[in-house]
This record gives sequence, C-alpha cells and structure tokens, in this order.
Amino acid sequence: MKRFGILAALLASTSFASAQQLSDGVVRIGVLNDQTGTYADFGGLTSAEAARMAVEDFDAEAKGIKVEIISADHQNKADVASALARRWFDVDGVDAIADLTNSAVAIAVNTIGKEMGKVTLMTGPATTRLTNEDCSPTGFHWVFDTYSQSVGTAKSVLEQGKDSWFLLTADYAFGHQMAAEITRVVEAGGGTIAGSVNHPLGSPDFSSFLLQAQASGAQIVGLANAGTDTINAIKQAGEFGIAQGGQNLAGLVIVISDVHALGLETAQGLLATTAFYWDRDDASREWSKRFEERTGRMPGMVQAGTYSSVLHYLRAIEAAGTDDGPTVAAKMKEMPVDDFFAPGGTVRADGRLIKEMYLVEVKTPAESTGAWDYYKVLRTIPPQDAAQPLEQSACPFVKGN
Amino acid sequence: MFELLGIPPQALFGQLLLGLINGSFYAILSLGLAVIFGLLNIINFAHGAQYMLGAFVAWMLLNYLGIGYWWALLIVPIVVGAFGIVLERLMIARLYHLDHLYGLLLTFGLALIIQGLLRNQYGISGLPYSIPPQLAGGQNLGFMFLPNYRGWVVVASLAVCVATWFVIEKTRLGAYLRAATENPTLVGAFGINVPRMITLTYGFGVALAAFAGVLAAPVYSVNPNMGADLIIVVFAVVVIGGMGSILGSIVTGFGLGLVEGLTKVFYPEASSVVIFVIMAIVLLVKPAGLFGRAA
Repeated sequence: MKRFGILAALLASTSFASAQQLSDGVVRIGVLNDQTGTYADFGGLTSAEAARMAVEDFDAEAKGIKVEIISADHQNKADVASALARRWFDVDGVDAIADLTNSAVAIAVNTIGKEMGKVTLMTGPATTRLTNEDCSPTGFHWVFDTYSQSVGTAKSVLEQGKDSWFLLTADYAFGHQMAAEITRVVEAGGGTIAGSVNHPLGSPDFSSFLLQAQASGAQIVGLANAGTDTINAIKQAGEFGIAQGGQNLAGLVIVISDVHALGLETAQGLLATTAFYWDRDDASREWSKRFEERTGRMPGMVQAGTYSSVLHYLRAIEAAGTDDGPTVAAKMKEMPVDDFFAPGGTVRADGRLIKEMYLVEVKTPAESTGAWDYYKVLRTIPPQDAAQPLEQSACPFVKGN
Repeated sequence: MFELLGIPPQALFGQLLLGLINGSFYAILSLGLAVIFGLLNIINFAHGAQYMLGAFVAWMLLNYLGIGYWWALLIVPIVVGAFGIVLERLMIARLYHLDHLYGLLLTFGLALIIQGLLRNQYGISGLPYSIPPQLAGGQNLGFMFLPNYRGWVVVASLAVCVATWFVIEKTRLGAYLRAATENPTLVGAFGINVPRMITLTYGFGVALAAFAGVLAAPVYSVNPNMGADLIIVVFAVVVIGGMGSILGSIVTGFGLGLVEGLTKVFYPEASSVVIFVIMAIVLLVKPAGLFGRAA
C-alpha cells in the first residue's frame, strides 16, 4: 500500500511536470530598460514593478507556476544590452525580456531573441523596424510605434491646416525612423518638411536647434524624440518664444511623466497619441491606483503595457503548458488579449498588438481637477488605423505567407 | 542677403550668442574646478553633483519654504558650500597626502551617491522651476529672439568669473592662497592657518558650482543627471584651458561654448563630440593646456 502511494505520488508529479514543462522549473522574465538616464521615467524601474503586479494578478503561485522577475539597466547602450541579454538567456535561464525602451537596444536584443527562440515583450521602443526588417517570430511589439504616433498626432495637426514642418530628431534608430514616418504622413497629407536637424541623444540644451527651427519659418516644430529630450525641448521652446512667433510644437512621443515634469502651465494644449490613460475607465483607474500605491506615481503607457504583455505571456504559458519560446509565441498570437490595457486586443502574425489608441490633449491648469488629471481624450483611433497594415510589412516571415 | 558658408549671418550671430550663453555655464563650472584643483590638488569629480544640488536646493527652497529665485541665488551657494566644507573636513582632507587618483575616486563615489539618492526620490524627468517674473519674456534683436533670462545668465556668470579672478590674482587674500599652494609649511610659519584656508577654498569652489546650478534651474530641467551630463564636458574645458589655470578656465569656457554653438549650425551631429576632439588635439600639441604652465 505504501509502495502504491509512492508510485501514485510519482505518477502525479510526472503528469504535473508534463502539464507544465518549464525549463529549469521557473519562468524568468527580465525587465531590461533605461533605469538611470533619459528614459528612466519613461519605463524604468516602475516598469519592472508593473511586471511584478502582473505576476501577482496572474496568481502564478496558486497555479503551481514559479515566476521570477529580474531587472537591469541597459544605459541606452546596445552593446551593454546585447551582452546582458545573451548572459540572461544563456546562463541565467531567462525565458523572456520585457520593456526594451530605446529602439537601438530593442533591435539588438530582438535579434538575439530571434536567434535563440526567446520571447521579447517590447513595450518601450518605438521603431516599426521591430515588426518589419528586424522582426522576430518570438518578438512582440506591444504599445506604440512610430507609425501609430505619426498617424495619431501628425495627422491631427495636418487636419488643422498646419502643413509646413520642421523636425527635431534624436540622432539614432528611433529618431530617424520617427522622422521618416512623419515625413511620409505629412507629404501624403499635402504638407512639406521645411527642414530638420539631428540632435545627440540626451541633449541638455536645445536652444540652438530651436533657433534653426525658428529661422525655417515652418508652422509646426515636430519633436521626433522622447523622454527628457522632449521635456527639455518643450521647456526651452517656451523660453525662446516659439509660440509667440506663430509656430506650434508637436511632440510625437509624449508620456504622462513628461507632462508631470513640465507642469500643466508649460504643457497645456500639447497633443499626444497614447495607448493608455489611467483615468479612462474603471478598470484602468483600479489598476492605476494600485500602481500608484506601490510606486508613488501614476503609470504611463509603457508601464501599463509591460503589465499587459507579461500577463498575456504568462497566460499563454499556462495554456501551452510549456515555456518554450516559439510554442508560447504561437499561443500568444492565437489567444485574445484581455485586460484593462487592451480589452479585446489581438496579436498579429508580425507580433504587433492591435488595439485602439487615443489622441489626447493636455488640459489647462484650470481644467485639471487634481494630481495627474492631465488629459482630455479628443479622439479614439480605431485599431485598424493605429498600426501599419500587415500587407505593407517588410517582415520576411509575414511576407512569405 | 549674403550668406556665409551657406548660413545666413543672422542665424550665425544667433548661434554665436547661444554659444556664449552655454559658455557661461562651462566657464563658471570650470572656474570652480580650476580653483579647487589649483589650490587643493583635488580633482573634484563631485562638481557636477554639487551643481545639480544647487538647482535642487533652489527648487526645494521654492517648494517647501516659498523662497524665490533671487534669495536662492544668495542662500543656495552658502548652503551647498557649507555642505562642501563638511565633506572636505570629514573625508577629502584625509587624502591630501595621497595620489590624485584617491581624491578623484572619492569625489566620483560621492557624486554617484548624491545622484542616486535624488534619483530615487525625484525620478529622472526633472522638476519644473519657473523663470523669475522680472526676467520673463525676451528681446527681439533682429537676428534672434533673446530671452531676457539668458542675457542675465551671461552677465551674472561673467561678473562672478571676473570677481573670482580678481580676488585670486590681485588681492592679498589671493596672494596668501597662491603662496599656500606653493609652500604650505612656509605660509603656516607666517601664522596663517593653512588648513582652514584650504577648507574655505573648497567651500568656495563648491559654492560656485551651486551658483551655476541656480542659474541653470529655470532653463535646463532640474533633474539628478543634469550635472553628470555637463561635468565631463567641463572637465574637458579645464584640461584644454590648463589644469588649475583660473584665467584659462574662464576664457576656454566661453571659447568652447562658441565653438560648440558653431558646430550646432554646421554639423549638429558632432556637437557633443567637438569639445573632446579639441581636447585631444590640445593634449597632443600642448599637453599642459592652452594657459597651463608645464610642470
């Protein structure tokens, strides 16, 4: 009888193990982003906190799945990030890497993920190359891209009749891609690009570039940058009287922490395209309040996206019964996304999450009723308009279909 | 309208003026470094953090105590300078008899700690600090729109630089300081308290950084990295000017601001590198720096 008991226990454990075939028994998710530099508030440490919330809400422990979240700072250096990603995948048993703010870093790590069949959950980078030339069967682009931002913000500005643009471009993969997308949208809408200037990532001083924008006489100064670069540019544009000169600013990648840093006095009236606003419905408010209790600030689209992508990844592991990268990735594309961030969202063959986006305007100090009450939603951009059509994809495994 | 190398002269004048404004920050920061290095032989890597602290203390005065910009300009250098004096007494003073490298490592470590603490508390996006109402707005100079505040920055930093140069090079106090650098034992024998003088000098150098921090608060974003972004450039300025040369640091500070401004017109991608290229050339041709004396 005792022997039977042991046998039964053994059988039970093997059947459980076959139900959940986890490499080394643990699902390890690494959150890799800029934690100290230009983009530290854009995603940063709070993005790792959002991933931890996803693990708790997934209730991994009760399901018998052990999940570990680790995080690291890539310092906006693609070489640092690549070395770390390889070590994580090869030595530390990491199954997926999330966030990956900074397009140059994301392209490098996504390529490594593709080689090794590991999942990347990209919530912070913007370049559409991640679902085109540099796509990966196990790579997911979750929140926004240069296409969604230019369609949202640039199109709306064009519709106001402002059709000559000057671009301030962050001088690396993201900025160049962003500038190309804006140029495409502006020219398709009958507008012109009067000029552009590439500035180094992390410039403290934009006055010189703003002066060039002023001299160009363009109606709109488009900011193809993000993080503290956008903040500094907007702040200094106020000082140099860009608006008094009859020019308007259009920030392409603006997140709520940027508005918080600028203050409503400076930021009022700015347009932004966002995948998430905490005060949009009950579900987003409930989650955001919990996030605020843990981090002391409201989440932006990157943090909310990291939560959503990690949760969906874990659900796919549960459904697939394994943490093998390609299998889980296929499952993620089959299953609908269901959370406050992307209700009814779907994941396309190229790894892009398809969901609606919002065009928002920053409130005036008089309109705002409390802390973090910053946005008015002007327009909801339907899912099919927010992402580049799949037919236009340059992604080899999508084109092959 | 004639053009100069494809750039209209208006744009060129504008950029030169902007270069001068950025140069003011380089000048005032490199001056503090030069004073500290010249008199204490300490490579003060915490200088950027102290500049950042200046901006943060100004922000704190405004938000926690309601003290505005003009008082901050006076109070902040005193508060941060006093903090510098405490650091000097407690830690840096123990390293004078050791190699430069130890002072460099200690101050670098202190800078990382200060930045880390503030980053933890306030995040990275920066805090808003408004331009004082007296200096809001700007002048249309014909070739560019000059914000009043930026004009003030140039005037204020020039005044501080000239005053510092005057005190060190032309007064009796300055003579004591310079003598104490040459031969501390002999100056001590004349009844002058050399260690106290050195402590106060460090405090003064730190106060200069804090002053620059207050000047910067309304125009740059007040964030924990603002000093780290700038300090490397400022070190390059000091090296080009000649380590420890007071006049050299002021002139090169403004001069390199101009060079950087021009680079932003002709080839903006190189604007973050140009100063280091000049540094490399100067080190090859004149290793003691443009104004330095060979050791």
